[in-house]
Amino acid sequence: MSSSTPDTTTAKSQLGGPSAARRLRWRLLKDLLIRNAVGFGGTSVIVIITLIFFYLLWVVLPIFFSAELFPQARYTVPGGDAEQTLHLAMEEQAEVALRVTRDGRLVFFDTTNGGLKKEFVLPLPAGVTVSSMADAQSNMDTLAMGLSDGSALVVRHRYRVTFPEDRRVITPYLEYPLGETPVVLDPFGKPVTTFAVQWGEERITLAAPLPDSRLTVVSYVKEESMLGEESEFVRVEQFLDGTPKTVTHIAIDQDQQELYAAADDGTLFYYSIDDPESPFLLQQLPLLEGDARLTVLSSLLGGISLLVGSDDNRLVQWSAVPREGGPAQMTRIREFDPMTAAITTIAPEHHRKGFLAADANGELGVFHTTAHRTLLIEPLADQAITHLAIGPRANALLAQDTAGNLYFNGIHNEHPEISWSSLWGKVWYESYAEPQYKWQSSAATSDFEPKFSLVPISFGTIKAAFYAMLIAVPLSIMGAIFTAHFMSPRMRSVVKPSIEIMEALPTVILGFLAGLWLAPYIEKSLPGIFAMLLLMPPGILLSAYLWHRLPENIRLRVPEGWEGALLIPVVLFIGWLTLAASPALENMFFAGDMRLWLTNEMGISFDQRNSMVVGLAMGFAVIPTIFSIAEDAVFAVPKHLVNGSLALGATPWQTMMRVVLLTASPGIFSAVMIGFGRAVGETMIVLMATGNTPIMDWNIFEGMRTLSANIAVEMPESEVASSHYRVLFLAALVLFAFTFLFNTLGEVVRQRLRRRYSSL
Amino acid sequence: MQNLKNWFKSGSPWIWLNAAAVSTSLIMVFGLLSLIAVRGMGFFWPADIVETDYTDKYAQQVRLIGEIWESESVSANQLRENGYSIPEELDEVTRYLIKTGNRDLLGADFKVAVALGLTEFRFPEELMKVERREWGNLYGRLVSVKENGSVVAQGPGAWDELRARLERVLLIHDEIGRIEKKDIGSINYSLEKLRLTERRYELDDALTAQREAELADKRKQLQAEYEELQARLVTLYQDIARDSLSAQIQDDRVVDVPLSKVVEVTLPNAMSVTQKLATYLRNLWTFVSDEPREANTEGGIFPAIFGTVMMVLIMAIMVTPLGVVAAVYLREYARQGPLIRLIRIAVNNLAGVPSIVYGVFGLGFFVYFLGSNIDQALYPEALPAPTFGTPGIMWASLTLAILTLPVVIVATEEGLSRIPSSIREGSLALGATKFETLWRTIIPMASPAIMTGLILAIARAAGEVAPLMLVGVVKLAPSLPLDGNAPFLHLDRKFMHLGFHIYDVGFQSPNVEAARPLVYATSFLLVLVIVSLNLTAIGIRNHLREKYRALES
Repeated sequence: MSSSTPDTTTAKSQLGGPSAARRLRWRLLKDLLIRNAVGFGGTSVIVIITLIFFYLLWVVLPIFFSAELFPQARYTVPGGDAEQTLHLAMEEQAEVALRVTRDGRLVFFDTTNGGLKKEFVLPLPAGVTVSSMADAQSNMDTLAMGLSDGSALVVRHRYRVTFPEDRRVITPYLEYPLGETPVVLDPFGKPVTTFAVQWGEERITLAAPLPDSRLTVVSYVKEESMLGEESEFVRVEQFLDGTPKTVTHIAIDQDQQELYAAADDGTLFYYSIDDPESPFLLQQLPLLEGDARLTVLSSLLGGISLLVGSDDNRLVQWSAVPREGGPAQMTRIREFDPMTAAITTIAPEHHRKGFLAADANGELGVFHTTAHRTLLIEPLADQAITHLAIGPRANALLAQDTAGNLYFNGIHNEHPEISWSSLWGKVWYESYAEPQYKWQSSAATSDFEPKFSLVPISFGTIKAAFYAMLIAVPLSIMGAIFTAHFMSPRMRSVVKPSIEIMEALPTVILGFLAGLWLAPYIEKSLPGIFAMLLLMPPGILLSAYLWHRLPENIRLRVPEGWEGALLIPVVLFIGWLTLAASPALENMFFAGDMRLWLTNEMGISFDQRNSMVVGLAMGFAVIPTIFSIAEDAVFAVPKHLVNGSLALGATPWQTMMRVVLLTASPGIFSAVMIGFGRAVGETMIVLMATGNTPIMDWNIFEGMRTLSANIAVEMPESEVASSHYRVLFLAALVLFAFTFLFNTLGEVVRQRLRRRYSSL
Repeated sequence: MQNLKNWFKSGSPWIWLNAAAVSTSLIMVFGLLSLIAVRGMGFFWPADIVETDYTDKYAQQVRLIGEIWESESVSANQLRENGYSIPEELDEVTRYLIKTGNRDLLGADFKVAVALGLTEFRFPEELMKVERREWGNLYGRLVSVKENGSVVAQGPGAWDELRARLERVLLIHDEIGRIEKKDIGSINYSLEKLRLTERRYELDDALTAQREAELADKRKQLQAEYEELQARLVTLYQDIARDSLSAQIQDDRVVDVPLSKVVEVTLPNAMSVTQKLATYLRNLWTFVSDEPREANTEGGIFPAIFGTVMMVLIMAIMVTPLGVVAAVYLREYARQGPLIRLIRIAVNNLAGVPSIVYGVFGLGFFVYFLGSNIDQALYPEALPAPTFGTPGIMWASLTLAILTLPVVIVATEEGLSRIPSSIREGSLALGATKFETLWRTIIPMASPAIMTGLILAIARAAGEVAPLMLVGVVKLAPSLPLDGNAPFLHLDRKFMHLGFHIYDVGFQSPNVEAARPLVYATSFLLVLVIVSLNLTAIGIRNHLREKYRALES
């Protein structure tokens, strides 16, 4: 609005000169300001709306990131004599590390610079040295030293955290749960070269191969002494029958019920030591293929799985798999990506089912078992890595190479348990007989293997939507056809708004009615419901035919287009009749209890809150959506098409099927799409009308768990930024993308249809 | 036969089937509404108390006093399997669910009784229903009224004595409630404020001795007020504990009920229809104006109504300007092209995105991200207890505002597009700027459309539950988001909501059967509000269409 024409200037001067000019300037300025403000406001509102998608994505993305290593320090082994290292470990904060040496020293040092913190010398008898070392993998701070005189010493390295002057100070100290005197392991007194230890509050177990090819298992079981108060360990000792091969690797499971002994060539001897009095061999099997040599045998968190590393660079997970009617059997669960050289050492994580592995080329691998994921394989050292320790929080690692260098690295590995395969594929979980789709996000124990398969809950979503559409699509589309095309305008002006208004009915009310009224009702009168479904269409046709046969003077009293109103009493009557006959039908055909009959005779399990209830309730919620859009589409079919068809002699029904429906079909399609989108995202009905169990079964008498209900149930309890939290965001993102897609499809079809109508 | 064949050929059976679909839909809609209405509103009608003798399946006789809650016919076979002996010739038997109350004395609120074992129903006028603050209702006969344990009235005069004494007790109860909730609540609030102020000074290193003394002074003052109130409370508690009633229940035990635990006593069998009507209306009023009791299964739903209204109002205040500005931009300022068309489709589709997704977004973005940042910047003194970094009414309103934004935008845009361009052109031709045209002519003309959008948004927001479960709704909020303590409006508080109340009481409460009528009543209220909002919106829309039809011609 540039106003510099002579006309306006004269007008201005006439109206009072400078003040009017000022006002005009002010008006134009205001216009400009508002234009910018509205532009800014409008775009930012739109940006906020799109933010939803990007925010969800931003929260979800980290679960697909690989692990990262952050080199922090490199120094020579503290305490000297690099070859003497037997074991490395770190405390919770990864500030203090421990190195155990062959000459019986426990050296605690600062992880950031290798500076000595404290050094303990084990109370060994004179002339005895440490010949081997084992750590209890269920409780990483328990170690045992195998000694050169055939005995063993159990030590726990503990840390006291104090805050003098608000600074954290970590002081290491030692505990000897079985006393400072070594316990006898090998009665022959030969040096212990390989052995295993496992620690529990009630029991400590040690196991070692003996020179005469037998295995010894020594358990210390805690027993209350007679006087109460004090408790002491009682020694139980047994010998397992000889193995034909020399045992080089040995491990005990966390519950001290199973013993795994393996020979160099990969033969595994799997024993049950559940009853310390009578252990026995469960299974003997080869772990490796070809002439590969076994280099590492380590157990994963929880002690159910074994990790096997060999000199042909391979890493394999074995686990005891339950079998029907027999003991569990060691089975090869999965193999990970190979490393570049022979595996030298494995360090399982302390709180997750992941592990680190190192090889003879100095490369480091980060893996996760459940997700079957290789998070990283990267060179760490120049020489072979001999020892590896992981921080209990899995945020740091310490590695020693053959040259005597120590590498201290930070690890960033937040969400190893999520991968494409763990979300959407079948996963072989520990203690399961076969790979499965499973959703189970939390449990009481800390070494629980989270099961994050989105398949069962996506399936539940589709199942719920499917049964809802089964009810809603025929009712709403047939209703829409009649309302738009055959119904008298007066009745239509009542019917359409009253069905449409139900769209606004809070779904929580539908869910409540479905769960507390409909579900018990359906359970009680199942035969009646089925009878109603079967008898309704023929009943209606029969009454229509009878009406047709009525004398004309009665028939003509009701104007055309009121069939819907005429049928209301018919539908009510048939409904009442079938429901009232329900107990009689039940007595006649199902021995008085259809539910029992279904379970016993048909083998169909029956939940009170099942898919049928959800289908009915959610179908009810979706009917108005589909009805409204489909009715608009049918009603908007140009009248001249209809009239043309009728004029050419087609019956009203032929016109309907061949002309109207054909023209309106894209609109009906879009109605179904939008209705489907609504059914997929509905939360409260599913939450309240099903048992919310994530099962995969099309059975109409069983429930399901949907994506949306799953979010509603688990979101408030999930820890912020945990993997579980992010997976729930992923579920939301999937829902968002899914419904957005379906709605867009529907909307685009509808817009094209509108354009086509305008050209007709 | 030929006739039938012709009839099928004409296609009219299919038309009839289509018509039946409409009839079924209509029956479902109105059946549902009347189900909710009947069950919800029927509950407040004072039901008669029945007395009957029941012989159960172990041939044991008990007397039952209570309300008939439900009756249904069950297949005789099922009962036989459960160990009832039913005569062979019977296929169906009526089974009653009788609410006998007295949960503390009988162990359960309900008794299932098969009609065969029941004697005839008697309705003696002296049967009394006592609504208690704990343990649900008590049904029985009034024996006497006691003061400090000694009988002051019994026999026929006892009822009037009871009414009079109950009135007094209720007054005292109200006063106790006022002191505990309002006065002491406000003192606690002030004390907490003082603690936060002190902490704030500490954090800023500005806690001088003078300030410390001031705070201590104020604290002392509040403490003194508190003690005064406390003393008053002690006397009130003594007063309220004075009276009790003793009643004989169905198994002839005589029990004492302190009047302080009684909400209401009635003799429904002795009431005339007008009296019943009065009781009905009073019950209805109590329901909408009272606080809930007994884990929400009894009492009223006032906090839920209040919370819903509050949340919806805050949401409306936020969504209206945002939606209108966005719509005005899209329709009046933005250059119409493929991009704007795309945005329009996107906005339209956002209305179809599941509400739980908005809830997840609200929880992640508003609560955990924005909220915790706000806490760190503005409320460091309260940390580690979160102020806005936890679900609350502000985040709930904001989440719902985003959820309903598409509704407002679409409705406003539609209103704007209906205004003939001749009006804009006329205004511009007269020399008005674009803004003046908008402000003086277009927006006022579109205001009914904006209103429609807003009403639809409110109706949607009032019925949403799923997202609210994540961003701020709780089953029992200790205090309302609006109260007498400055700054009066507490946007950080959690709140109660009608929809969530339905979910919670219906599915999470320990005594679902007894609470069910309340859930129906709550549902009815919610449906009433939402349906009337929608009808208003439809009315406005129709009115609007008429108006512009006139303009265009």
